[in-house]
Amino acid sequence: MSGNIYIYIAIVAITSYLIRVLPLTLIRKPIKNRFIRSFLYYVPYVTLAVMTFPAIIDATATPLAGALALIAGIFMAWKGLGLFPVAIACCIIAYLGGLIF
Amino acid sequence: MDTKAFREGFRDGIPIGLGYLAVSFSLGISAKQAGLTPLQGFVTSFLENASAGEYIAFTLIGAGATYIELCLMTIIANARYLLMSCAMSQRFSPDTPMIHRFLVAFDLTDELFGIAIGRPGYLNPYYSYGAFLVALPGWSIGTAAGVIAGNLLPGDIVKALSVSLFGMFLAIIIPPARKDKVVLVLIIISFAASYLCSRLPVIRDISSGTRTIILTLIIAGIAAWRFPPQTEITPENADAQKEQGADV
Repeated sequence: MSGNIYIYIAIVAITSYLIRVLPLTLIRKPIKNRFIRSFLYYVPYVTLAVMTFPAIIDATATPLAGALALIAGIFMAWKGLGLFPVAIACCIIAYLGGLIF
Repeated sequence: MDTKAFREGFRDGIPIGLGYLAVSFSLGISAKQAGLTPLQGFVTSFLENASAGEYIAFTLIGAGATYIELCLMTIIANARYLLMSCAMSQRFSPDTPMIHRFLVAFDLTDELFGIAIGRPGYLNPYYSYGAFLVALPGWSIGTAAGVIAGNLLPGDIVKALSVSLFGMFLAIIIPPARKDKVVLVLIIISFAASYLCSRLPVIRDISSGTRTIILTLIIAGIAAWRFPPQTEITPENADAQKEQGADV
């Protein structure tokens, strides 16, 4: 560490807050443009999907354990189970899968 | 004060807080390697609220990076929040006071964005505050604990706990995919593209945060250009879907 730790922390805190707060506070009116509206509608699905795979198979003890958790999670979410049940079940399956495979 | 929404947010925030506790615990270990005290780890996590961003920050701090480098990498690692913030700006009711935009932005993370945007209708800031109440302590305390304890929990358990975050992502993106075939196809394409980009030479060396931004811009951009949603997604007709018993 060569800089001052509190300046480092201030930099990450301020920078990351500005990134989050500027669009939310500057864009006050509904966006009329059809392309931008459609784009923003699709953004969360694509972002979360990209972050889930293959990260889920890289995060677990073995790739197979992560793949099992992924398949089980998709199945349960498809059946309409909520956040908590799906999240917990994925953990348990990933843990057991890691022990077995 | 909308206590019903606050309680719902608190409830939905519990799995997030638990997942954060596990993930930030391992983040605390890298904070310790960078030379941070538990309190400094706690403060950084409370103020930044970003896994990839903090991981990069701790690595840079440990390496004695310049302030400019740290600032630029923080922007890159967190750029996806810029997109999420734009998306959220469209879901606020015109009647919601400005202060709520400042407060909700404070803990705009992948997961908290996901659960807030997954609800039908206009955003209810109190729902987000309820979730923050569990998520913020989970994240910051987990980091401090990671600094203190180093490797307390067995690695297998830490790894299994980190999967809870991905389970939550699935619970957010899969139900809409059942109703909207374009979303379903986009998810499959996103999985495939993300896998390829993480394995192909050269591209795999780009940080995962940057890959996420690039893939999001390309895939969501093409989808918006070629397949604009058939029915305009507005808070009004999302409410109508809810009344019909659809699980949004």
